[in-house]
Amino acid sequence: MPSLNPSWRLEVQPRDAELLGLRLAARARSVVGDAAVGLLSVEETTLYVVDRDLDANERDGLARAVVDARTQVHHWRASSEPSSDESFVEVALRTGVTDPTGEAFARAAQVLGFAAISARSGKRFSFRCEAGAPASHIQAAVTAALLHNDIVDDVAFNAQVDVRFASDAASDHVEIVPVRLLSEAELDVLCKSRGLALDQAELLAVQQFYLSIDRDPTDAELESIGQTWSEHCAHKTFRAHITWEDGTAITPLLRQLRNSTDILAKPWVVSAFVDNAGIIAFDDAYDIAIKVETHNHPSAIEPFGGANTGVGGVIRDVLGVAADAIAVTNILCFGPTDTRTEDLPKGVLHPQRIRDGVIAGIADYGNKIGLPTVAGAIVHQQGFTANPLVFAGCIGLRPAGLVLRGPIPGDRIIAIGGATGRDGIRGATFSSLTMDATTGDVAGASVQIGDPIIEKLVSDVLTEARDAGLFVGITDCGAGGFSSAIGEIAAELGADVNLDAAPLKYPGLAPWEVWLSEAQERMVLAVPADAIAALKAICDAHEVSMADLGTFRSDGQLIVRYAGKTLLDLPGSFLHEGRPARQMTASRPTPPATTGARHCDAIMSYATAILHRVLAHPDVRSNESVVRGYDHEILGGTIGRPFVGVHNDGPADAAVISPLKAPSGRGLAIGIGMNCRTGVIDAKRMAGACIDEAIRNVVAVGADPRQVALLDNFSWGDPRKPATLGQLVEAVEACCEGAASFSAPFVSGKDSLNNEYLTTSGDRTSIPPTLVITALGILQHGEKLITSDAKAAGNALVLVGPAGTDLRGSVLDAILGIDAQGTVPGADTDSPARYLAVHRAMVDRLILSAHDCSDGGLLTTVAEMAIGGRLGASMVLRSSNPDEVVGELFGETSGRLVLETTEANVQELCTRTGGSVIGHLHSDPVLSVTALNGTEIVHATIDSMRSAWQSQTDQIGLGATDAKGLKA
Amino acid sequence: MSKPVALVVRSPGTNRDHDVAYALELAGASAKRVSLNELRDAPSSIHQAQLVVLAGGFSNADALGAGTLAALQISTYLGDTLREFLANGNPILGICNGFQMLVRSGLLPGSLTHNASGAFTCRWVTLETSNASSVWTSGITEPIECPVAHGEGRYLAEPDILSTHSALTYASDTNPNGSAANIAGVADASGLVLGLMPHPENHVLARQHPQFTRRRAGESVARSGLGLPLFTSGVNYVKGRG
Repeated sequence: MPSLNPSWRLEVQPRDAELLGLRLAARARSVVGDAAVGLLSVEETTLYVVDRDLDANERDGLARAVVDARTQVHHWRASSEPSSDESFVEVALRTGVTDPTGEAFARAAQVLGFAAISARSGKRFSFRCEAGAPASHIQAAVTAALLHNDIVDDVAFNAQVDVRFASDAASDHVEIVPVRLLSEAELDVLCKSRGLALDQAELLAVQQFYLSIDRDPTDAELESIGQTWSEHCAHKTFRAHITWEDGTAITPLLRQLRNSTDILAKPWVVSAFVDNAGIIAFDDAYDIAIKVETHNHPSAIEPFGGANTGVGGVIRDVLGVAADAIAVTNILCFGPTDTRTEDLPKGVLHPQRIRDGVIAGIADYGNKIGLPTVAGAIVHQQGFTANPLVFAGCIGLRPAGLVLRGPIPGDRIIAIGGATGRDGIRGATFSSLTMDATTGDVAGASVQIGDPIIEKLVSDVLTEARDAGLFVGITDCGAGGFSSAIGEIAAELGADVNLDAAPLKYPGLAPWEVWLSEAQERMVLAVPADAIAALKAICDAHEVSMADLGTFRSDGQLIVRYAGKTLLDLPGSFLHEGRPARQMTASRPTPPATTGARHCDAIMSYATAILHRVLAHPDVRSNESVVRGYDHEILGGTIGRPFVGVHNDGPADAAVISPLKAPSGRGLAIGIGMNCRTGVIDAKRMAGACIDEAIRNVVAVGADPRQVALLDNFSWGDPRKPATLGQLVEAVEACCEGAASFSAPFVSGKDSLNNEYLTTSGDRTSIPPTLVITALGILQHGEKLITSDAKAAGNALVLVGPAGTDLRGSVLDAILGIDAQGTVPGADTDSPARYLAVHRAMVDRLILSAHDCSDGGLLTTVAEMAIGGRLGASMVLRSSNPDEVVGELFGETSGRLVLETTEANVQELCTRTGGSVIGHLHSDPVLSVTALNGTEIVHATIDSMRSAWQSQTDQIGLGATDAKGLKA
Repeated sequence: MSKPVALVVRSPGTNRDHDVAYALELAGASAKRVSLNELRDAPSSIHQAQLVVLAGGFSNADALGAGTLAALQISTYLGDTLREFLANGNPILGICNGFQMLVRSGLLPGSLTHNASGAFTCRWVTLETSNASSVWTSGITEPIECPVAHGEGRYLAEPDILSTHSALTYASDTNPNGSAANIAGVADASGLVLGLMPHPENHVLARQHPQFTRRRAGESVARSGLGLPLFTSGVNYVKGRG
């Protein structure tokens, strides 16, 4: 259908558009570099494009309603009136991409009582350049780098963008795909052309199945199988039969992790691994649900939408166990933001753009849905340039003892929430493939744009419906859409589904697209027939749409119809158990050879300067400027914030929430352990250290180490490479050992594999092995929370844990640009007993502040405590030997905490924890470190350390100028 | 007397309705959450309440500008009812997005626009009462410490409005958004309507203060949060009217 030619558009600009235009130009110059030299200003105008003619009264009414004349200027432009700007770009969301702004504009017309309109929103960017600058070249470069993403936007240069209001005509075409007579090679071609992400054995199993039922599959069946059997949904690697190269069998990885939880048999674990989220007991009234997901591939090609829906998706996971979400977390891994554009592989967005988009997407969803973003981390490393990682977590509460009986034959299958569009088609399979320069084009439809307002309404409906006992089963529509959600909830019983009832955003979707669409903000419920009316009333009250999609059967057959045609007719047993187990081979990792030497005497000489570089390193530095963009206060339960101390700018070890509605006053602590520098050297030790760090972080804020639950998130490269798989196997083994050692069960986990990029020249890049461990701990009394900021002059600092020796893979090594000898931090078998002793000392009020030693080592830890409390500290070392001094100050050995205590309690604290005094706090705002022989090694003011810690440059190593400065 | 009823009004996207209801309950009111649509369908139900509070959030995603669509709905559907509510001497409070609605619907003077930084910010601020008197601030004796969380909170108005309507100001070094005259909150001429950007409802318990772990070591701990008196003032005012 041709697009309608819109008749009117309202153009709105803030009165300070000129100032904002200078800012946007400055950001464009920093991202685009040389190609934007001469750019002076990029002024932004908001466009509301209406699909019909408007009379003067309507134009006046709409402008009054939408424009604030004190702060904005506006212009109504008829489509025939050309723009007066010389150089501009217009961008509007493509048809089918959710456009809440356009919808709100149409709503305003409705409130005003005008005849119905459709409206779409857009932006105009007006460029101003220095005389003689290549304006059109600058315009093109800035547009491509910052303003336009072909995957979601239409664009027009120096002309009005063609806004489309409708898409194609309705379709009911069901295609039959012949597979029974295809050769192996032909199957492979079919697989690639449909982006199915299946291997040869799986394709043959599909062919065999259709031979056995004597027909060919429909397009929907093939897509459903591809989605259900995708790495993303089926976790093929974690379920695979893996052997070491010498033939030794390895217990399937998922089985190992589940076993490690089962063996611990903790009575407070309510649900581990089987549901959308893990669930543990919190207090008499509530259980806690927790889940951490990845949204890596989507964030690489459309950073805002990818991260936005990553947050929305993980919140739905928590809603999907009938819990109320109470907080969100995120861990982000990007390439260095000073990467030169010409150094980027073709098809890869600039790290600065990915970072800006991802952070904005995370802030947008969390802030708008009304959840505090309480914990997170951001790291920058070359290995994440083509494959950024976005981990999003969500924590929820649900009534203790809640039992959902599950569906029985005859129960209805109800979808609630957003309408279905062509967004997110094939996301599950796309996420399971290696990316390359064509990924953006091929997977364009895989990107979803979220609508947090709808999800908030859905969540309000679910709370009321749960408390009224209206549903008996629930799951979210995530990857795979209805196919996955209904496929899973009806896996045993089967179902008769009629998609005619599903609300669509627009006509034109092929039936299989309706079935597979990953349109956001949808949940699927199992509802007894007699509860439908009550549920409908709740949905109506919250303006949430509800669709009755069918009935649960009893024989396990999944039958889907649309427009009178049968789209899918498959036994659940084939869909869910028909996939042949994957056979894989792993090779034992060998640590890469060391490439450099560490000159500890020189490092000791320049320790003060090096400390400042460590504090400014992307893995250490403050992310406060980012975190302030997230609401961490909403819901009133956040008592342990991301930043603490006198001026709220010192780092916290873990977030603590004491939910307002929980009368027990308990706190829940969320700690994160990760290290992106050491996995490539020794994935096993890296994993052990991550568990120690995550638990150490929750212990530092006051959680009881005897009741900590863990979550694993593995982001890895291609597991079909034996060496990559070997690293994964070792990391999983370390996780199981860590869980046993700490008696801390895993309750949920997720893997994202194939985080690789194939460049046009045929090179493959892979992310470093990245494991995020999330620890969830409980404080008996939330108000007894401990923070890391130094509290009072005169108090002693006590170090607990082993001597610092692990320098390999440390921030120090990263700064020096060497890979020197030694071990990377690993597990410490004495940690569990030590952390319990620390916890007991906290309960007995012996500890005033606590901070963990991790990235950067002990010196960084003490510096951060000093910054948070605006107090100085004097440390005296037990050695003058350069190797020992450097190890002690910069080594990142696991299991270490610095505790603050009063002079009166020093003896008792040291005795109970095995700690020793390393220094004292004083009011002179200087951190000084003296070697045993009396030489002062470090002398740094709080202000200079703070300014280094708060700097936001990505230069990781020591530049030539700095090296010179060091020697001066 | 029985507890005064406070209506907490929400739109799709309102998200601090539970927080403000909690604060109102602590202050001695009976808080009832109600949607703008329910009020549209039964405007006179407002008169069963003694206080109306427009809660914070992102009504309708703030898609047309903060609070814009909700303000249009309020003026179109509830304008007369709210004027009558005020004429009866009942107070109205708008926090954050609720303040934006009050300004956009003309119940309070001035404008709120994007922060001077151009970015959303969440941080703690200190508020002091200013020259405009309001039933909501009459009982406040100490500076209010509480968080802000907004992207469009810069208050702008003509000089005479700034001087006569300023009810709450940011302590000079804590202005988070570049508001003229450090204005955080504005009262109408009657003193019944107050709008403010910060969130006193998020500091009604001592433990919600970011430095409570420091106070514990030395200073005495406030038993309740410093944001509570604002709600107590409003609730006590209607109680006093009996």
